[in-house]
Amino acid sequence: MTSAPGDGPAAALSAALSSLGARLFPGHGSVHDLRRLSGGASQETFACSYETGAGLRPLILRRKPHERVSALAAGLETEAELLKLAAAAGARVPAVFHVLTADDGCGTGFIMDRLEGETIPRKILRDERFSTARAVLARDCGEALALIHSVAPDHLPSALRPAPGSARVAELQSAYAAIGRPNGVYALALRWLADHLPDDPPQLSLVHGDFRHGNLMIDENGLAGVLDWELAHLGDPMEDLAWLCVPSWRFGEIENPVGGFGQREALFAAYEAAGGQTVDPARVRFWEVLGTLQWGLMCSGMAEVFRSGTDPSVERAMIGRRASEVEIDLLDYLAPLTSEA
Amino acid sequence: MQDEPTAAEILPAIARFLRETVTTDHSAHTMFQARVAANAVDLAAREAALAPGFDAEEKARLKALLGDEGDLLALNRKLADQIADGTLTLDTPGLKAHLWATSMAKLAVDQPAYASYRRAVKRRGG
Repeated sequence: MTSAPGDGPAAALSAALSSLGARLFPGHGSVHDLRRLSGGASQETFACSYETGAGLRPLILRRKPHERVSALAAGLETEAELLKLAAAAGARVPAVFHVLTADDGCGTGFIMDRLEGETIPRKILRDERFSTARAVLARDCGEALALIHSVAPDHLPSALRPAPGSARVAELQSAYAAIGRPNGVYALALRWLADHLPDDPPQLSLVHGDFRHGNLMIDENGLAGVLDWELAHLGDPMEDLAWLCVPSWRFGEIENPVGGFGQREALFAAYEAAGGQTVDPARVRFWEVLGTLQWGLMCSGMAEVFRSGTDPSVERAMIGRRASEVEIDLLDYLAPLTSEA
Repeated sequence: MQDEPTAAEILPAIARFLRETVTTDHSAHTMFQARVAANAVDLAAREAALAPGFDAEEKARLKALLGDEGDLLALNRKLADQIADGTLTLDTPGLKAHLWATSMAKLAVDQPAYASYRRAVKRRGG
């Protein structure tokens, strides 16, 4: 949803950004086209441009107006730090332009360059404009993940949450228990995950944590940038490869397991060629099942969000009713149909 | 047993949207929500038409699998508990078929256009 500034908080933000602009671009720095973009509940994302004296510079502001902390979110200062580390490792990410300070009066967060491109899956997967990109996206994603995972662990911000497989399975058990509605397929998947839990890797890596459609800026040439590092954590690098292959991101293109645009073999080969560790398909499969269940539990949790009045919209209710898609996907992994009619 | 929120919970939200939003706000976002609401009406119609038959079949399967009586919620709780503790596994005769039939019954109501559902319909000979 977009909303024009003009009411209290938006006008205050516009004024604060103007005075910041005057400091960053002396003699220039006027703010143009400030608008709120759709975003998470705990954080706000705005688009705007600054007059630099040599033209408009398109930017994105990610900020927290108040201190509301999610247990899973890395935090915006950490996000800015990770963007810088990923850029230094050679991954395509938006350049961090300015980290907000208390003096800026805009809350906490940062300003980064605004990349051109598309994030809407159906356009990326169907429009002729992206046909060249589709042919190289699995490779681009493999390369990007290898670079992200190559960031030296001792350079990483200390705020990053360690979340190896054992911790993640326990989180999903809790989420299922909290929903409280019995589900045979979820019970089967949880049992399978507990029985197939791989050993933790000797060293946990930087994991993006939400590497999938919506967070990948894509242009006609392929992957233009990796966005939204909110769920970054320390984990098994196979998790990122797997999350991109979760069936929920195929948008009808079910013969292309990688985001609806590619084959696992191409993703894995590019990952290894770009310096990523040798891919263990069984380990990726564990994380695919985990990711699929995670998305299902998220959908199932929407019933309570709807019912409690937190968001009583029809849209929210209908996300709750998408959980059954995940049941079919889980059964395809764990109890596949064998006879072709 | 269909997922939640039930059609009975969703329909009043659609009525509220029609009364309070559609009549006053004609933004692009409202138009998007209107398409979602139309899909929700379709879902509610499918649930009314199909769920009673699906529920009866599910109850019969659960009775055979668990050798127990009870309402669907209680039977499903017992099923989930026995899968969790390993009493029932995919080697248990009937479990795999039951899980597929139950999930397919949900998809027939929730999202019959879902590509993996349509593929499964073909594979199951439907």
